[in-house]
Amino acid sequence: MILLSITENIHNWLFSVMPAGVASIVEMVLIAIVYLTVFAVAGLFLVLLERRVAAWFQLRIGPNRVGFQGLLQTMADAIKLLTKELTGTDRADKFLYNLAPYFVIISALMALAVIPFSKDFHAFDINIGLFFLIAISSIGVIGILLGGWSSNNKFAIIGAMRSGVQTISYELSVGLSLLTMVVITGTLQLSEIIEIQKSGWLIVQGHIPAIIAFMVFMISGTAETNRAPFDMVEAESELGAGFHTEYSGMKFAYFFLAEFINMFIIAAIAATVFFGGWLSPFGITESIPELGVFWFLIKTMVLVFLMMWFRWTFPRLRVDQLLTLEWKYLLPINLVNIVLMAVLVWLNLTIRW
Amino acid sequence: MERIIFYILAGIIIAFAIASVSSRKMLRSVIYLLFVLCSIAGVYFLIDYNFLAAIQLTIYAGGIIVLIIFSVLLVHHIEMRLEIAKPSKQIVTGLICLLGLGVFLFTLYSHDFQVIENTATTKVADIGTKLLSYEEGGFILPFEVISVLLLAAMIGAIVIAKGNKLSENNKTA
Repeated sequence: MILLSITENIHNWLFSVMPAGVASIVEMVLIAIVYLTVFAVAGLFLVLLERRVAAWFQLRIGPNRVGFQGLLQTMADAIKLLTKELTGTDRADKFLYNLAPYFVIISALMALAVIPFSKDFHAFDINIGLFFLIAISSIGVIGILLGGWSSNNKFAIIGAMRSGVQTISYELSVGLSLLTMVVITGTLQLSEIIEIQKSGWLIVQGHIPAIIAFMVFMISGTAETNRAPFDMVEAESELGAGFHTEYSGMKFAYFFLAEFINMFIIAAIAATVFFGGWLSPFGITESIPELGVFWFLIKTMVLVFLMMWFRWTFPRLRVDQLLTLEWKYLLPINLVNIVLMAVLVWLNLTIRW
Repeated sequence: MERIIFYILAGIIIAFAIASVSSRKMLRSVIYLLFVLCSIAGVYFLIDYNFLAAIQLTIYAGGIIVLIIFSVLLVHHIEMRLEIAKPSKQIVTGLICLLGLGVFLFTLYSHDFQVIENTATTKVADIGTKLLSYEEGGFILPFEVISVLLLAAMIGAIVIAKGNKLSENNKTA
């Protein structure tokens, strides 16, 4: 319990040197800093990973010059982006134009706070965890819509509209597929969901409907993060860079980082809800709880790799195909799946040990 | 601590509500409204009613505001400004708002609120059981009425969206 003892020591020390009100504020600030660091590091690392994976799929080597195996490449890119000029269009709505990236970033950060990295590394263990995640993810799209509209650019606004249509439609599937799993767990709190999985990961417990729910979740999750094959939003052959065409420098980087963090969040939710989060497989390291973070990250990274695999394998969909997939296939499948899962739980056909 | 946060949230709500009605740019008004709704969700979080807070975020911030933004995006150009209403209209609106505020304040101050210590967080399971319970204090009737209403709305949306196509298909069939 190294992590727990560290946080407890800091907690006790803070409350011993200053009054309780100040101490709790300082504590909040410290947690915020930790999460911002996680955010930045994870974002940069994922960008590098994406580039290396892309290179691997295309039989290239990818960035491997800056630092060991290119580990510092994205750091250098970030510094480059920091020093770049912040441009903008004439007659753009400057206030909304500057506000838009923060919507995307803040919603990603808020979602990150609910995710249990390990038993003790869990900032906000709210009793409606899963529902809160769905609620937060519905706000990110506002940033995209605003960014597209306020840059006063036709391509940007078309990209933003596409993104809006796509995110709103696929949110349904994300919500419903998670709801299917809630039928088994009977709780929305993420720590309890993991607790239940000590008698078997949910994808095993719920077998057939759980696997269907997992597939639907991964498809709609990929669509919700606006990644290929669902990246209609920034289809570069048609729309320039889509909704962030007019953004440059750090503001562009915010959108870019948020996309990768959102991918991480989708993978983390999938790892938590379907694959037991920080639980080790078959409880092999149950006596060493520090390894929780390690198992969580392993599972998440495998799923992140899966999403990258999608990206570099499938061709981009058309808008009508995209909407047909959601409304005519995924949604009915999901609805039937929930009933199937309910029957399974009702007849006690879940696999537990 | 909680009192301070409440006053900050209340200040944000009032400031952005005024900004929302007085802004001359349509999309900015919508965003100010979004801030108001998010702060209300913050108040719900403050009183530990997490479920309602998340509902507020999903329905109002994620649903209705996105819908409004969509309609603004479709009809509104970035350089357009909303026109300023005539002074007489402004005065009438102001008076009606004051009247409404008066009614609210009167009700709030004349009602005898009972302060409950040790509030417990409402569990989602409890809300679910209550919604489907047909015993005393259950909400099965409003729940069913709302589901019928939503079904009617969905059918209506399909009829409007399909328009002529629907009746043409019926004729041929």
